[in-house]
Amino acid sequence: MIPELGHFALILALLLAGAQAFFGIAGAARGDARWQAAVRPAVAGQFVLISTAIGALVYAFVSFDFSVAYVENNSNSALPTFYRVAALWGAHEGSLLLWVWILSLWTLAVAMASRNLPVTLASRVLGVLGFVSFGFLIFTLATSNPFERILPAPADGRDLNPVLQDPALAIHPPILYTGYVGFAVAFAFACAAMLEGKLDASWARWTRPWTTAAWSFLSVGIALGSWWAYYELGWGGYWFWDPVENASFMPWLVGTALIHSLAATEKRGLFKSWTLLLAILAFSLSLLGTFLVRSGVLVLVHSFAADPTRGLFILGFLIIVIGGALTLYAWRAPLLKSQAGFEGTAREAFLLYNNIFLVLAALIVFIGTLAPLINDALGLPSISVGGQWFTRLFPLVILPLVALVAIGIHAGWKRGQLSVNRHRIIIGLGIALVVGLSVVFGAYGPGKWLTPVGVVLGVWIIVSSLFDPIDRLRRKLSLPRAIIGMTLAHIGLGVCVVAISTVESYTIERDVPIGVGETVALGRYAYRFESIQPVEGPNYDGVRGEVTVLRDGQPIAIMHPEKRNYWVQRSTMTEAGIHSRWNMNLFAALGEDLGGGRWSLRAQIRPLIDYVWLAAGLMALGGMLAASDRRYRALAAAQAGVTGTAQAPAT
Amino acid sequence: MIARHKRMVLVAGIVAGVSIAAWLGTLAFRENVMFFFDPTAIAAGNAPVDKRFRLGGMVEKGSVQKTSGTLDVRFLVTDYRHTVPVTYTGILPDLFRDGQGVIAHGRMRGGVFVADEILAKHDEKYMPPEIARSLKDHPPPPNVAPITENGGT
Repeated sequence: MIPELGHFALILALLLAGAQAFFGIAGAARGDARWQAAVRPAVAGQFVLISTAIGALVYAFVSFDFSVAYVENNSNSALPTFYRVAALWGAHEGSLLLWVWILSLWTLAVAMASRNLPVTLASRVLGVLGFVSFGFLIFTLATSNPFERILPAPADGRDLNPVLQDPALAIHPPILYTGYVGFAVAFAFACAAMLEGKLDASWARWTRPWTTAAWSFLSVGIALGSWWAYYELGWGGYWFWDPVENASFMPWLVGTALIHSLAATEKRGLFKSWTLLLAILAFSLSLLGTFLVRSGVLVLVHSFAADPTRGLFILGFLIIVIGGALTLYAWRAPLLKSQAGFEGTAREAFLLYNNIFLVLAALIVFIGTLAPLINDALGLPSISVGGQWFTRLFPLVILPLVALVAIGIHAGWKRGQLSVNRHRIIIGLGIALVVGLSVVFGAYGPGKWLTPVGVVLGVWIIVSSLFDPIDRLRRKLSLPRAIIGMTLAHIGLGVCVVAISTVESYTIERDVPIGVGETVALGRYAYRFESIQPVEGPNYDGVRGEVTVLRDGQPIAIMHPEKRNYWVQRSTMTEAGIHSRWNMNLFAALGEDLGGGRWSLRAQIRPLIDYVWLAAGLMALGGMLAASDRRYRALAAAQAGVTGTAQAPAT
Repeated sequence: MIARHKRMVLVAGIVAGVSIAAWLGTLAFRENVMFFFDPTAIAAGNAPVDKRFRLGGMVEKGSVQKTSGTLDVRFLVTDYRHTVPVTYTGILPDLFRDGQGVIAHGRMRGGVFVADEILAKHDEKYMPPEIARSLKDHPPPPNVAPITENGGT
């Protein structure tokens, strides 16, 4: 009964989404106040209904209702309650439901915060969001209904995929989706601006905090996924250029370009059509990312064979959304001219360079990730792109970008006036050279040739971003959240570059066969394999090793890597043992039983790897601070008071 | 410089930059692209001799041999028509099993495929599309469990 209620709520939500899209877009086009007044209630109703559906599915999971196919497929009576709730997004159908729910949450937030916006603009934004929601709800109901029953009900479920039974992974999808879906807001603002035929500074000011907030969530989501792959998959590393990872990285790169381009649009009225294009692109890549991960678009050709409706529907929806937005763009963007000019060393110019390099980086990831798929679709021989495609090309794009950031931070708007800040650039570079080179050659010794370059550039960004805030503090000027946020995010980038450059060169890794009592040496450190014991969990059994870490012969830590066999799906999982120190991670993962008490052991020491994730956290924190800057709220309200009334009748 | 000259220099710079980028990209892409071959294609002599490629098929039941005291492993990859011996040194992924699908990266050395990477997927029900296709072209004998194409999520 309850699942049917959820299904029914979803159908009603679909109708409301349709109403929201229609009244929002058509109401604004006709300038009909009553139609537009219907939009916000539709948003609220949709949120309540989709929440009801989510609640119904959670109830089915918690109450062991294995007659619901999705519950049967993704949980089991032995599964702990926490994971029974998280199992909601453990597979395709529930993920879609989570996706639309987060969309309805964002839409609700926009609806509540947009009362000060010009009426037609707000209606159009909400209308476009309603359209996106409508598409997703149709997709869910027509091809991926999570409430489908199987009769007779099986006695027990087939359990949640064991790789998902982990706290970090349980919260990774909702946060990642909050980021993906957040770009829908920027997308909706872009479409609304094109429909309005008007894009001014206040539009950019309204769009910025939403975009930055979405980007922050995406940063955290990606970092969580990367961290999880590190300790749960036992791969030992922060990034593997896996299609699933790349799918989330592409919208992040384009989203990063977007928040910078929006800054130029707001402050100087520049790059208007480029900003629109980036907003469309960021959301399109988010859609692609969602589908790549959950419904196997990567094996698209293949999904057609398995479930042609689903694959076709996805393609159709992508074409409508992306194609529609791009058509609108081709038609309306020429109306939105940017007038201002600027010098090649002005801040605008640096933001432009930033955008070029970020888009190039996204293109590299895109080609490497989708070339196999495109090849398949064209019926060419099947190929794959090796990891070196990414690792060779990425530094070529990112390191110049990092250098440009370190310089561009000092550039003023319009004229640049870099010469005024010449001493900051030189002092910053000097400090970076001294600190960076002494770290590289003093603490670590020679490594890859790019490593000193990366470390110096990373330190340079950190130093560069500190000049302005320190200067403001010294002159007793205010330090708004936007500046603190930007500074934190840039420091995050610097930390990330330093950490990655270091990890890439100074990682020690050995895969060895090892018996109990034996020791394997890793530089100054050594791992002693003490024992291996059976363990049992709620829904798995396995073995738990004990590894003592020795430094110069002295024990400093004990790690417990595990190998688990999950009963229901009969799959083996690795739980790495990790000992985190301030400047490095000691990592041990059990491989396989080699017989005779011997095991294969993956032993690694990765310097500074924690800082890669910390950097993502800094960026996200910076983004959140910037998005919550007071001036967005204050100025938006003030602007709306002036333009709102004058705007309403115009269409 | 007058504005027109400036713009010409800019355009020339952009064209040069894009060309260099495209050239480097193409080179890197060619270098890193790996083609897929199944054992039948290798038996027919289609696989490259000096280049890394992807080998895919099923791990033949009972063929996995480990050398004690080392991480060396040998096994046979089959598509039920031909088999290829594979050697690998290292830790096998959790999802590596007798009788299941496998993808290996490496190159041929004297009739043996020397793998430097054995691929694991998040989902054990997932069948790499190339293997599924290869098995569809050459269906396994009836005593082998049926293969579900893309049986995952």
